[in-house]
Parts: sequence; structure tokens; C-alpha cells
Amino acid sequence: MRVNGAVQSLEVEPRVSLLDVLREHLGLTGTKKGCNQGACGACTVLVDGERINSCLALAVQYAGREITTIEGVATGGQAHPLQEAFIRNDGFQCGYCTSGQICSAIGMLAEHRAGAPSAVTEHLAAEAVELSGAEIRERMSGNLCRCGAYNGIVESIQDVAAGHADVLAAAR
Amino acid sequence: MKAFAYVSAPDVATAVRAIATEPRAKFIGGGTNLVDLMREDIERPDTVVDISGIALTGVEELAGGGVRIGAMVRNSHLAAHPLIRSRYPVLAQAILAGASGQLRNMATVGGNILQRTRCPYFYDRAAACNKREPGSGCDAFGGFTRNHAVLGGSESCIAAHPSDMCVALAALDAVVEVESVRGVRRIPLVEFHRLPGATPHVETDIAADELITAVELPALPVATTSRYRKVRDRASYAFALVSVAAALEVQHGTVATVRLALGGVGAKPWRAHEAERLLLGAAPTEESFRRAAAAELAPAVAQPHNAFKIELAERTIVATLAQLLAAGGAA
Ligand SMILES: Cc1cc2nc3c(=O)[nH]c(=O)nc-3n(C[C@H](O)[C@H](O)[C@H](O)COP(=O)(O)OP(=O)(O)OC[C@H]3O[C@@H](n4cnc5c(N)ncnc54)[C@H](O)[C@@H]3O)c2cc1C
Ligand code: FES
Ligand code: FES
Repeated sequence: MRVNGAVQSLEVEPRVSLLDVLREHLGLTGTKKGCNQGACGACTVLVDGERINSCLALAVQYAGREITTIEGVATGGQAHPLQEAFIRNDGFQCGYCTSGQICSAIGMLAEHRAGAPSAVTEHLAAEAVELSGAEIRERMSGNLCRCGAYNGIVESIQDVAAGHADVLAAAR
Repeated sequence: MKAFAYVSAPDVATAVRAIATEPRAKFIGGGTNLVDLMREDIERPDTVVDISGIALTGVEELAGGGVRIGAMVRNSHLAAHPLIRSRYPVLAQAILAGASGQLRNMATVGGNILQRTRCPYFYDRAAACNKREPGSGCDAFGGFTRNHAVLGGSESCIAAHPSDMCVALAALDAVVEVESVRGVRRIPLVEFHRLPGATPHVETDIAADELITAVELPALPVATTSRYRKVRDRASYAFALVSVAAALEVQHGTVATVRLALGGVGAKPWRAHEAERLLLGAAPTEESFRRAAAAELAPAVAQPHNAFKIELAERTIVATLAQLLAAGGAA
């Protein structure tokens, strides 16, 4: 598999999770193990750009795929806009959920840009959905934060979502 | 987790041959239920046959106006598909009401249909559970029963079926297609899951070597006015206490077409046949909605902690039908 752009050739038992491969075999400990049962989101990584819970993923099922972890979201020494926004808006306290939150938010923003609806989307057939606070909270509900930094997390995502819109508007 | 052999199946033929020849083998789709249960030592396959790479990933319109959904379509992709959003909104809403964005990206349609109960006694290997270990008893009786079924349970088992998607599929008259080395079969979703009776470990109508290949939705014009409403202990990322999938069409002041199914309350995805029968031809009033809901819940058997589900289900049915009526169920 490719992890953060680098090809990794590994041999692991079929029962090893993608999360354990990242943390134990590749030393990428930024991705966290919270519950190990799909219930917290701390282990969220991107596979070919889509967010998944790496704790419930058998690594063998992801052979040949492109995996992005929190260690891979910055580009050329420049922090990802979401990382900067989390610092600016107090989007974390202890930081345990943060790498999962940021990877999840990257995946979530891509889903939103592609027009995907959510459980709180009133007009399902509409092609574009406004990313309100309620939409962000629903779309990010797979990431729990025991410190309760939710307000900062939502503000950070709103910041970045709005920033992207500005960039697009400026380019037009 | 116990060690197991892994076989990756690139196509249906390889998958059904592998499952028929490998001892104690199980298919794996997204793995979000199976990996969890294997880690808990509740599922202990010797071989895991990976079907997640099989190209059953289409959502296609059928000649008669229905839709055929490949079994490997991810839950998130199905919910976002324009055909589903416009023609079967209840299905898109039911999927989006379940699990989380990450889990829906992993979960397949086939795996969702075959996900197992979230009964805490099924998960707890120190507890008695007739589903996990036939004949061992059921610790849910006299235990904590907030999440258990009130419809369709038996003296052996009162576990609730957890799927949201299946509730919408039950309402929509979906048909499940399965394939094995013996050939292809088509099973209506409402007959796919079994009630526990004396054999709660037998959960579905399919054999261990049958692969779900597709789900077909019939052309169903009423489904454009359909809705899924889910009530749970927190606003998101929780299983249903009660859920309702409904579609409604009113013509000349009476109910012309209605589809109704319930989640969270049944031992299987619960098609509300009795309520539908009473509603058909009735005036679409709150009074008749309430009468139909009460009739559906009349056979309910409650435990100490889940009696509230009966009234909650009745109220949720009435509220959902009223919402549909206001949204244009009246033609
Ligand atoms: C924290 C958490 C919260 C959740 N919340 C909800 C919720 O609110 N609502 C809800 O509905 N669901 C919920 N789920 C369950 C989730 O929807 C299921 O785990 C998922 O749909 C299963 O799909 P999968 O492809 O991952 O299945 P797998 O785990 O791969 O398989 C599940 C079972 O199906 C069998 N199988 C898979 N595909 C096929 C096939 N094509 N043919 C034959 N057999 C097959 C497997 O052998 C296995 O027995 C939740 C799960 C988690 C972990
Ligand atoms: S560690 Fe994967 S969801 Fe909690
Ligand atoms: S910052 Fe501590 S868990 Fe979220």
C-alpha cells in the first residue's frame, strides 16, 4: 500500500487491522486507538480520499490502496489549513481525538463538495447543500471528543469551508 | 482474535466456490460488523473470503422503472445516488440515519442486510444467549432491556434487529438476490429475516454459502413521497429506539397507497401490514393514523425497560404520516 505517498511493502497476518499496521508496523502513531470498535472515530484515516475507521479495517483488504494519515496531510512543511484552524479556534484540549477529527473533516468536506446529503439535509434531491453548523455536527458525529471541544472543532471546519469558498470566488 | 486464512475473491464465481469448499468460511464485505464480532470471539471463522473487491458496485435503472443495486455498493454511495435520493428518499434517509460517515463509507449493502443484533447479552460471552450459544438461555429476560424488541420476540430471544437500511427496504418491497454454487434465488426482504421462535441462531432464510449479489427495488411511484424518522438516545451515531419508514399517497380524500415499516421495535425489520390494511381507503386523519398505529402495536410484548417503545412507536408512526400528508401525500 502507499502510505502518505510512500510505497510500503509489508507482510502481516490477515487478522491485523490497518490501525495496528499504521501504529505498530510503520510507527505512525498520530492515528489513535480509542475504542477499537468503530464507536469513536479516533482512528479515522483517508483511503483514496475517503474517510474510514482503520480499527475495523483488516489491513489485507486495503492492499494497493492510497492511505493518508494525519502525518501526511501537511504539504511541503506547510500545515494543513484545518490543522491551523484547530490551533486558532481551540479545536482541542488533550488532543487525543484531533488527528481523527482532522482526517474526518478532510473526508467530510470532500463528500460535501461532491454533493452528498446528510441525515439533517431537508431537501435530499438538491444538488448543493449549505454547510451549516447543524450539517457539520451531523456529518462529524462519527468523531467523539471526550474533552468536549466541539464548538472549536465546528468553528475550525466552518473557517476552512468558508476559506475555500473565498479562494474559489477570487479565482472566478 | 483467532487466526484465520484469507482468500480474496475477484468475482462471484470464485467467491461462491471458495465459500463452498473452505471449512467454516465467512464472507467479508466492509468488515464493520464481522471484524468487531471476530475481535469479541463471537464469530470464529477459519477462513475469511473477501468479497469487497467484486465489481457488484452499480446502481442501475431497470426497464420497468425499478432500480438494481449491487451488493458491494457502499452505504454512503447508495445514499448519495441521485436515483435513490429522488425516487426513494426514505432509503437515502434511513442509510444516512445509521452509523457514521466513516462507517457508511466502509459498509456494503450485503453486509448491512446481514449485520447481527447489538443485544448486549449477545456481545457478552459471560452472559447466556440462545442466539450465540443455542440452548444456553437468555439473560435479557430480567436484564437491561431498553434496546430490545417488543414485536416478534419469543421466549428464547427478544433481540432487536439493528439495521436502519433494512426498515426502508422492507417498506419498499425490495427483493434480495443471492447466488451459490447451486444457482440464483430471489427472496423478498420481508421474508429474508426470520423471527427467533425456538431457534434464534437461525437469523435469515439464506444458507451459509449463499452470497448476496444484489437488491432490487420495484418501480414504486408512492416512494417519491416517503420519509424515514428515527428516535434514539442521542441526536446521531446511535442505534434506533424506534424508527419509522413510510410512504403515503392520498387521492380523493382517502389513502390510496401506503407503505409502513418499523425499526428498533422488531426482532426483524418490521413491515406494518396490519396498519397498512387499516389505512388503505381510510380518511387521512390523525385519528385514523392513530388507530392504525395502535392496531400494529397491539400484539407487542414489553419488558420492564422497553414498555415505552410501544407508545413511542405509535406516536412516531402518526407523526411521520402527518409529515408526509403535509409534504404532499395528497394528490
Ligand atoms: C459503532 C457502530 C455504529 C453503528 N450504527 C448503526 C446504526 O445506527 N444503524 C445501522 O443500521 N447500522 C449501524 N451500524 C452497523 C453497520 O451498518 C454495519 O456494521 C454494516 O452495515 C455492515 O456492513 P459491512 O459491509 O461492513 O459488513 P461485514 O462486517 O463485512 O459483514 C457482516 C456480515 O454479513 C456477511 N456478508 C457481508 N456481505 C455479504 C454478502 N454480499 N453476501 C453474504 N454475506 C455477506 C458477513 O459474512 C458477515 O456475517 C453501526 C456499526 C458500528 C460499528
Ligand atoms: S478506535 Fe476506531 S472508532 Fe474508536
Ligand atoms: S481534545 Fe481531548 S478528546 Fe478531543
